[in-house]
Amino acid sequence: MSSPERQELQSYTAPKDVLDEFAAMAEEEDIDPFAETALKRQILQRGSDYQRKGAERAMERGGEAVRADPFAEGATGEGDSYRDAMRLQMLEREEERVRRAIADKERKEKEEGKMVQDEDKTPPAELLALMRGDQTPPRDAMDLDRTPPKPQVAASTIRRKRRWDVKDDDETAVESDSTAVASGEWSDKALEEAAPPQKKRSRWDETPASETLIKTEEAAPAPAPAPKRSRWDQTPAGMPAPTAAGGLAPIIMPNYHALSEDKNNRYMSDEELDLLLPPTGYVIVTPPPGFERVAPPKNMSTPLGGFQIQEEGGAATAALAAALGPEAPTEIPGVGNLAFFKPEDATYFSKILKEEDETEMTVEELKERKIMRLLLKIKNGTPPVRKTALRQITDKAREFGAGPLFDKILPLLMERTLEDQERHLLVKVIDRVLYKLDDLVRPYVHKILVVIEPLLIDEDYYARVEGREIISNLSKAAGLAHMISTMRPDIDHVDEYVRNTTARAFSVVASALGIPSLLPFLRAVCRSKKSWQARHTGIRIVQQIAIMMGCAVLPHLRNLVDCVAHGLEDDQQKVRTMTALALAALAEAAAPYGIESFDNVLKPLWIGIRQHRGKGLAAFLKAIGFIIPLMDPEYASYYTKEVTVILIREFQSSDEEMKKIVLKVVKQCAATEGVTPAYIKHDILPEFFKAFWVRRMALDKRNFKQVVETTVELAQKAGVSEIVGRIVNDLKDDSEPYRKMVMETITQVVAKLGASDIDEKLEEKLIDGIIYAFQEQTTEDQIMLDGFGTVVNALGVRVKKYLTQIVSTVLWRLNNKSAKVRQQAADLTTRLAVVIKQCGEDALLSKLGLVLFEQLGEEYPDTLGSIIAAEGAIANVVGMTHMNPPVKDLLPRMTPILRNRHEKVQEASINLIGRIADRGAEFVPAREWMRICFELLDLLKAHKKGIRRAAVNSFGYIAKSLGPQDVLQVLLTNLRVQERQSRVCSTVAIAIVAETCGPFTCIPAILNEYRTAELNVRTGCLKALSFVFEYVGPQSAFYVDSVVTMLEDALTDRDLVHRQTASTIVKHLALGVAGLGCEDSMMHLMNLVWPNCFETSPHVIGAVMDAIEAMRVSVGPGILLSYTLQGLFHPARKVREVYWRIYNALYLGAEDSLVPFYPDLSELSDKRNTYDRHALQMFL
Amino acid sequence: MSSELRYTANTQLEHLHARYTGTGHADITKYDWVTHQHRDTYASIVGHAPLLSYLALADGEATGRVKFEMTEKMLQPCGPPPKKEED
Repeated sequence: MSSPERQELQSYTAPKDVLDEFAAMAEEEDIDPFAETALKRQILQRGSDYQRKGAERAMERGGEAVRADPFAEGATGEGDSYRDAMRLQMLEREEERVRRAIADKERKEKEEGKMVQDEDKTPPAELLALMRGDQTPPRDAMDLDRTPPKPQVAASTIRRKRRWDVKDDDETAVESDSTAVASGEWSDKALEEAAPPQKKRSRWDETPASETLIKTEEAAPAPAPAPKRSRWDQTPAGMPAPTAAGGLAPIIMPNYHALSEDKNNRYMSDEELDLLLPPTGYVIVTPPPGFERVAPPKNMSTPLGGFQIQEEGGAATAALAAALGPEAPTEIPGVGNLAFFKPEDATYFSKILKEEDETEMTVEELKERKIMRLLLKIKNGTPPVRKTALRQITDKAREFGAGPLFDKILPLLMERTLEDQERHLLVKVIDRVLYKLDDLVRPYVHKILVVIEPLLIDEDYYARVEGREIISNLSKAAGLAHMISTMRPDIDHVDEYVRNTTARAFSVVASALGIPSLLPFLRAVCRSKKSWQARHTGIRIVQQIAIMMGCAVLPHLRNLVDCVAHGLEDDQQKVRTMTALALAALAEAAAPYGIESFDNVLKPLWIGIRQHRGKGLAAFLKAIGFIIPLMDPEYASYYTKEVTVILIREFQSSDEEMKKIVLKVVKQCAATEGVTPAYIKHDILPEFFKAFWVRRMALDKRNFKQVVETTVELAQKAGVSEIVGRIVNDLKDDSEPYRKMVMETITQVVAKLGASDIDEKLEEKLIDGIIYAFQEQTTEDQIMLDGFGTVVNALGVRVKKYLTQIVSTVLWRLNNKSAKVRQQAADLTTRLAVVIKQCGEDALLSKLGLVLFEQLGEEYPDTLGSIIAAEGAIANVVGMTHMNPPVKDLLPRMTPILRNRHEKVQEASINLIGRIADRGAEFVPAREWMRICFELLDLLKAHKKGIRRAAVNSFGYIAKSLGPQDVLQVLLTNLRVQERQSRVCSTVAIAIVAETCGPFTCIPAILNEYRTAELNVRTGCLKALSFVFEYVGPQSAFYVDSVVTMLEDALTDRDLVHRQTASTIVKHLALGVAGLGCEDSMMHLMNLVWPNCFETSPHVIGAVMDAIEAMRVSVGPGILLSYTLQGLFHPARKVREVYWRIYNALYLGAEDSLVPFYPDLSELSDKRNTYDRHALQMFL
Repeated sequence: MSSELRYTANTQLEHLHARYTGTGHADITKYDWVTHQHRDTYASIVGHAPLLSYLALADGEATGRVKFEMTEKMLQPCGPPPKKEED
């Protein structure tokens, strides 16, 4: 420090990085902190490129014509027919073919070096290299050109829609390149990523140009988005950036737009000048070359750069709304308050944003506006607003008509900035509307499908379910024939994405309308001669059906298998692969039945595995893996042997996917009955261990899991010692992940199969390895802990000789300086306690107990919780009398810990205390217990139910040992507190005290407390009584008469809750005393309960109905029937409804016993009908 | 309280009831209700062997015959349904 050559500083200043940081902060002070999360909420931003394709397709198809409904009565032939759709689709295919041909040609030319490229239009070198190169470029290579925005590429790629026949000359090079590989999956991706990333910006410095582009989907080439600038040098919209001035940006920026609006400031028009100036002597100068007149901004709603004061008035609402941020709720005329309003919404809802004179509008226009208002309410409104709007739109769906509705809904669903919630709501609207519209939707089926199909491959489960539901409803509304004719063109669509989603949609249709109805179509498609894509999609439909419907495919299994069977010998590799996958899905769905349906495909499958390599082979193996478990043992064994050769060869494969499938197939084969242990030991295990039990497999999480699962499955056959013996030495391996894999496997194997198979030598190695692995772990892991616990517990008394070593390890680790290590050691103690006791090593236990006791001052709550739990476990096995430290020392130490707010600590301590109270309460002075009682009250407020329940139970134990009086007093006083949860728990605790100490100790106190003139206390008392009678059951017969007067009071109280709770008490009482001779008091109570049957509040009526049902048990159905007979045919419908409800409950509860009680209705008989029940009038 | 709860608690119960034969509702006719009673009565007798033999004894018929007749009678125990009133 004090080196002589230390230099004097010139001046003192903050370090450079600090200054930079401040500068950066100043620069970015207008950053919107929500921008990032807002983006994440948007569905499009989140999905993969593949998923995004759906949205793009939807946007392209946005303008698609409505399809005709040939099935409608008096079909007019309006809209596109099926023929048109097919023609369009053929056109697309042709387009794709030409595109590919051009691409091929160009690629060839390029390879030959003939291509002469214009200098400045050459895309960046790395991009070119990328495009020419391998099919799958490394990801980092694609990321390379994320950052530098290259204008040429940007200009060509920012355009969303690209028509093959509209081509800019100057972009041929790039264009052709992009089309060259359009079929490859990565081409679009690569280009998209080459485009400058949409930078995160605040709204302030947004250039309107890019904004309009995104909004209106203009196809015109747009300039690359300007780099982010700070607000100061912002040019207002509509003015060319100051180019000539160089660095000298004008200080005051004239806002031309604003100025031209202001009549004092705007330019004079030519007419005005003519008036002012003499007609002669002046000439109009021609503008200098290169001058461009600034066009005033066309669209008011585009937000302007820079600061602007909005003018007042209705006309500006749209602009205002557009400029509003999402956080600003806004008031829209006729809509009311909204929860939020996005700038994008302004474009969709511009028509209803300004106030218009509605008297001059046509009916159609009015209808449109009405729909828009409702949609806006549903999409952006608060829940109540949304609900009513949703109901309205459903009710009026047929009135509005399918056209106007879907014209408004579908574009909203295609919005780029759509968020989950909005999508959910819009989808819900479609769902509801569909029900109402029924066959009116037909013309819109395709449009709806285009928007909904992407939901089927969404990553969000609920989105998928929603999508399925819509499509299923759609198919029910439109009918099978229409669905097929609508989706048929998409089946051999050029785009794989479209085919994929269509297949999924078809599977939904199949599940909605039944597989048999779709079968003929499927059969035809799977055999299509025209294109392999159609066959591929057809087979994929079958696969999706199997995946979606599960075992419901069983009745049609043979048909489905026959549909796809020939696909195994298709000449297209992709079709063969898909067929194998479909068979795998079918077999998986059918398991364990249906092997006979697969007869036809067994041969081609097994031949196939010898012919295929790579992806195809993987699919075939997968199918085999799923079919083998369905077979009879002898067949399974034969076929397994056939496939094993291939499997073992593929063990060496470097392909990850192949590895996973091979592992899975091995697992499935090993699980089948016919495969013998000897076969597995000799033929599979050696190769298997060589290939998969290597360190590399432990590094990848999924491989790790697969290897463990498969090994465990093999162990089921091969036995514990075989597997454990092979890997036990690896517990001392250098690589920690590998050790973990070994440990995990041993844990699962031992847990499943026990340790009796392990001999002494192996046992020694095992314990040694486990201790080593446990001590050497760098990250404290559940796996090691579980493994240790499981193995030791499985070995039982056999670990006795290793216990000293183990315990010393634990003790040493308990004093480790890392909290995690201490926690883990404590957790291990919890697991070992039982075994240590089994081995009779009480001395060790008491040593551990003492050390843990000393550790109770632990400051890390997680660790503290574990330590307490360990202490509890020891107390559990040792017993309260032999516990060391003695209970009377332990408990006072626990009292302050009860105040710890950490859940884990609370739970562990309440368990320990409850245990002590249960088993060894007498070792602790009463005063200590009372202290604990007060602390326990706080635990009644805990969030975790387990803690509350444990606390309530502890009250019971404490009351048992102390006598109920004091505890009861504490609990009754607690009824006065504000918190509801605390009161409820107190009532439960009172009931438990009553149960453990006998009701007679509590009921007088409760009745006394009921006289308090405080609502909470009275309700609490009633609740407590209700629990008491629930818990004590038949014992309540002794207390009925004591509580009747109180119940009289409660049942005639004005307060609804009183009557409700009293009814609950009556219910428990009546059920408890049924058959014990308390009918008189029960009748009395029933007379008090009965009038409450007209209550409407749900909880009250629920409780009253319960009480009445309980009375059926207690006083018998006959009496109840005579009560109900009074009102069954009452003139007032309201009365009848209630009485019939009671009658029905009674009837369902005691149908047979009512027979003798039905009234004699013989006097109602007339000529036509006799109502006598003669059978009951006979006697001997 | 919440309309949701009221909506579900009662209508659910009613729906549940409506799924069973023999239950009634506010608009049930005398004929329907009594028919159910009669059927229940016959079912009860057929189901309880002592009752059945008691009736057989009283009628002087075989139990099988009584059982058969009771089961037959269940079809229209009170005669054909009354004609609908024309309005």
